[in-house]
Amino acid sequence: MTSAQIEIQLIACIVAIACAIPGTFLVLRKMAMISDAISHSILPGIVIGFFLTEDLNSPWLILLAALSGIITVVMVEYIQKTGLVKEDTAIGLVFPALFSIGVILIAKNAGDVHLDVDAVLLGELAFAPFDRLLIGGTDVGPKSLWVIGTILLLTLGLLIAFFKELKISTFDKQLAATLGFSPVLMHYGLMSIASVTTVGAFDAVGAILVVALMIAPPAMAYLLIKDLKKMLVLACIFGVIAALAGYWMAHWLDASIAGSITTVLGMLFLAVYLFAPNSGLISVLHRQKRQKIEVHLLTFLLHLQNHREKSERHINHLNEHINWHKVRATSVVNLALKNNMITIDDHIISLTEKGKIFTTEAINYIITNKSAAIEDMKERFFLFRG
Amino acid sequence: MKEKIAIKVDDLTVAYNFKPVLWDIDLSVPEGVLMAIVGPNGAGKSTLIKAMLDIIKPIAGSVEIFGKPYKKQYKEVAYVPQKGSVDWDFPTTALDVVMMGTYGSLGWIKRPGRQQKKEALEALEKVGMLEFRSRQISQLSGGQQQRIFLARALVQKASIYIMDEPFQGVDATTEKAIINILKELRKEGKTVVVVHHDLQTVPEYFDWVTFLNVKKIATGSVKDIFNDDNLTKTYGINYKVSVLQ
Repeated sequence: MTSAQIEIQLIACIVAIACAIPGTFLVLRKMAMISDAISHSILPGIVIGFFLTEDLNSPWLILLAALSGIITVVMVEYIQKTGLVKEDTAIGLVFPALFSIGVILIAKNAGDVHLDVDAVLLGELAFAPFDRLLIGGTDVGPKSLWVIGTILLLTLGLLIAFFKELKISTFDKQLAATLGFSPVLMHYGLMSIASVTTVGAFDAVGAILVVALMIAPPAMAYLLIKDLKKMLVLACIFGVIAALAGYWMAHWLDASIAGSITTVLGMLFLAVYLFAPNSGLISVLHRQKRQKIEVHLLTFLLHLQNHREKSERHINHLNEHINWHKVRATSVVNLALKNNMITIDDHIISLTEKGKIFTTEAINYIITNKSAAIEDMKERFFLFRG
Repeated sequence: MKEKIAIKVDDLTVAYNFKPVLWDIDLSVPEGVLMAIVGPNGAGKSTLIKAMLDIIKPIAGSVEIFGKPYKKQYKEVAYVPQKGSVDWDFPTTALDVVMMGTYGSLGWIKRPGRQQKKEALEALEKVGMLEFRSRQISQLSGGQQQRIFLARALVQKASIYIMDEPFQGVDATTEKAIINILKELRKEGKTVVVVHHDLQTVPEYFDWVTFLNVKKIATGSVKDIFNDDNLTKTYGINYKVSVLQ
């Protein structure tokens, strides 16, 4: 690897971590779309900042752009408070308006400005190593690495200092207010960090990928883990994996780095969505299927218990009586046999002692809804689990 | 009046979009009572307690907690919001939610430690939820979630407890457990204010009551004022209080 390659990957990883931290709280606050709004509406701030400073990495430009991010949030909230439109509509009204101001500003001054809309949307991570930071004539590394590194340190510092305040104001705004922690202050603090991070990452990865890096890693972590601290760590790890894999995918395909990272994020999310142990689609389907079998088994056993007469218990009558297809009836009978709940004697099905106890307890459970009893029961009877 | 006044509401008017939902409320809650706020839907019951807690700003009037504004007294007050006001899918455990009750006494930046954890575990034990301390909060039943909220208020070690419909959607066992704890709090001299829906249980559970329907209808001891007359004034229909017979 050349040093430029290492620098690009380092920048991508730091951007990913810096985005995942505020992103986690945005996801938990159900404000994911606001990051989309911020990422677009900071454009006029960047353009105006660029006119004034002529330096994309100037701290003034970053502050100005972050300010237009905050203005977006304030405008969205103001429109929403009128009660005339809902929040998503308000977001959809505000950010295209601001973004288009930025687009017009770029177009009008295209001659003087080293900025174009493509770069804004997709970023130019590949060029990041060319813009060096020189201190007293010494090259200390790419400028964007210093910019996003500083932002990450700031974010981490604030996260560690105000973790408890962020957590409580995210979980229960009203409690936070009554305990003397201003939820409004935390809200705007988080929005400021999200805006500053967006601006800092913008130059490297562009407006679209910033959103992906803020939302996708926390969304994956949320599906896998139910602990805020671990969720933060996992979101950062997912971000870094996507950054590195995306870089090498771009290298291999000779394509946009930002586009490749976003693609990897999409594929990672799909994998988590399908295979997450408890909340993943496959696990949910599997659980539903199991529950369906359990209900059928119980229905069958109840029928046997309620109908002592032989004609009702003849195996050929089962289909008509419980109105099941042959396949399902066979599989349920086999299951009951396997668990020693029934015996079949000359085509007549009888409950065994174990089957009787199970049925009685199951009815008991359905009536009393005591979960402790059924948990215990499952251990003893539902042998086909696992 | 011989008692100290815990909460004093003066000429309070609260409006949403210039439409008053509470209209010139005067109310004194004596220290040490277990008070129900009753009234029909939309009467402003939740709004009243949120105004007491300084969550909602009134357009007129004021609230004093032991003679001072809420901002100076927030450590004296513990709030139990409606269960539905938070997202129970939030990635955290029962113990962690209860620990949040200690954040107020910690103040900014300082982190909860062993002492706070001990207090939270004690509160969990009090509400009979100790064995569920590591349970993810979405895995708790409605009644258990309500107990967690109560435990969170208990660790605040406040003098005043304000609760928004703590009995809504909970099973009979939880309701009994909660009311027993509230009665215990009153025995310790605490003041408890509860937004309550079930008129049948008012005389059994509470000793003080406020009738509210945008305006204050009446406030006083259950013995003196919980009668047909006030119920009719509050609910607007001819009310029969079978429970009083």
